[in-house]
Amino acid sequence: MQGLEKLMLEKANALLQSGEVDRVIGWKKGESYYDVSPATFTKDNLEGFVYNCFCGANLSKYLVAESKKEGKMLVFLKPCDTYSFNQLLSEHRIEKEKFYVVGVGCNGHLDMNKVYAQGVEGILSMSEDENNLIVETVYGQKIVEKESALLIKCLTCKSKEFAVADETLVVGEMKPANPNRFEEVEKLESMTEAERYAFWKEQLSKCIRCNACRNACPACTCINCVFDNNASGISAKANADEFEEKLFHIIRAYHVAGRCTDCGECSRVCPQNIPLHLINRKVIKDINENYGDYQAGAEVNARNPLVNYTKADVEAKEVVEGGNK
Amino acid sequence: MKKISLANLNELYSAISANYPLYLPVERAGEVNYGYYEEGAKVRLDVLKTVKSPKDCFFPQTEDLMKFKVEGQKIEIIDVREHAKPFVVMGVRACDFKAFDVLDRVFLVDPLDTYYQTKREAGIVITHACGKVEESCFCKTFGIDPVNPLGDVTVWTDSENLYWRANTEKGEALTKELGDLLVEYQGNAVEEQQAKVNEIYAKLPLASLTTESFKNGDMMELFNSDKWQKLSEACLGCGTCTFVCPTCQCFDIREFVTNSGVTRFRCWDSCMFNDFTKTAGGQPRTTQMQRYRQRFMHKLVYFPQNNEGAYSCVGCGRCVKKCPQGLNIVKVIKEFGGKQDA
Repeated sequence: MQGLEKLMLEKANALLQSGEVDRVIGWKKGESYYDVSPATFTKDNLEGFVYNCFCGANLSKYLVAESKKEGKMLVFLKPCDTYSFNQLLSEHRIEKEKFYVVGVGCNGHLDMNKVYAQGVEGILSMSEDENNLIVETVYGQKIVEKESALLIKCLTCKSKEFAVADETLVVGEMKPANPNRFEEVEKLESMTEAERYAFWKEQLSKCIRCNACRNACPACTCINCVFDNNASGISAKANADEFEEKLFHIIRAYHVAGRCTDCGECSRVCPQNIPLHLINRKVIKDINENYGDYQAGAEVNARNPLVNYTKADVEAKEVVEGGNK
Repeated sequence: MKKISLANLNELYSAISANYPLYLPVERAGEVNYGYYEEGAKVRLDVLKTVKSPKDCFFPQTEDLMKFKVEGQKIEIIDVREHAKPFVVMGVRACDFKAFDVLDRVFLVDPLDTYYQTKREAGIVITHACGKVEESCFCKTFGIDPVNPLGDVTVWTDSENLYWRANTEKGEALTKELGDLLVEYQGNAVEEQQAKVNEIYAKLPLASLTTESFKNGDMMELFNSDKWQKLSEACLGCGTCTFVCPTCQCFDIREFVTNSGVTRFRCWDSCMFNDFTKTAGGQPRTTQMQRYRQRFMHKLVYFPQNNEGAYSCVGCGRCVKKCPQGLNIVKVIKEFGGKQDA
């Protein structure tokens, strides 16, 4: 990925120098190879700029705040992130004129938990080539196949298309998207009601209400979330009981229904590794089946089927019965 | 010192849990958190960092404080505090054990927090020395010895045995109750492991991390530093760091209101949240930078100034591993000069 990082850095430098943009949002080096954070950069201050296999975060959420600032910003978006960008445009949360979008080619990003799970400990340094992560540890060198440590969202990559981009930087071939990303949902659908309930009960019982899923979600852009609003009557900082564990996530899924682009940030950021994306993906699958295929963020200002009426729409009765299956 | 073969650990758990609720690291839905032992539980004593720390056993994430029964004009106050029965928390790592000390400094001083105190007194703590260390560990920065924690009992584990040493009267009593399950051990497996772990710790990247610059730093200078803006810029304002932290102790008090009564409970709060310490007068910290600064100033500056220099970080490294955007206390310490030349 060094090739891509070099191109990105050159692009950032060129656009800053020419005055086309005033700021850049990308990733900054941390304490180690995998310890990277989203960061903004300005002219003459691109120190620490990094792009590697751990830069999996979707930067779109930050653009809501950045869009309110003066000047124009260069933003690097992976194919999946571009859908979030378009969705934010459609919802008037950001203005296109404020951003110069450079689409960056992608073959998936990695999850450190999956690297640790392979028994990699005592990490001293890391490097990567096309297919492998080369890890130097206090116990010697370890090679981890990238394919074996992909983020959940990358395993079920929805698209390698750039839904929006002023230009793109792609090094080599992008591997195709996963055509079977609804498989996990189908697995849940094939369970009995009791099994499915038990599955979610166990998963959601881990929830610590840190709100990372909500705060990272590019569709969750309410200025004051109902769950943080003391005047709402349902604000809560903790799950008082089993019911509340589920309530928060179900309400969130309903609120982003038809707007969720399936970017997968919710599952990436969850400290308890709850597969939250599956709740949203189930809604996406249902929308596809009942109202025709729809991908939020594929086009700016597309009508979300849930707020659009066509004669071909499925009857409400069928939806209800479908849900009772 | 005593020992028991790893193959017989379930017998040990059963024996302890026959007399006490036993709270220890268990795997559920793929993640390891502290939970109660029950037949068939997937105990994961081997895991170094549980997602949440064991602070829940003394300071639960939600806890009822009192109830009010309302009948017309009459309001009855119901004390929900139970006389906590003795319980055992097992597997506590040295960093998490030191975190209890931080919590004690908050809850066991005037005004005494009786909810915390009752549980603290009822708890029998079995610590578990680290048989390995990770690159996110920095407990020694805070003077903690990962291979020799105290508590009522200390255990060490290697590939064959669990070694057991009682440290207090409570620990001795528990040991006696377990009778023949534990057998005498005279060898030096523990010392050998300790030396090996210390050797590895010294090689890890955070071995030289130091908080010296905070000891001598000027509070207002640190507070007003322009470094906070950059340090905090990627912060999403979620509460992951505070909720996985073994020393974070802030809570909110809320009420659950029904027609016939009110339940007043407390729940963990996070200084990262935008309504943290919001009062009728408004918000003391209106930006995420200010909230972020509060968290680290509290741990590294305010707390030590009020507690004879004791930091309210124990170097467990959970925030290092869990922040979704790669922000953590190590970056803050280093940014303010906290690294000794190797």
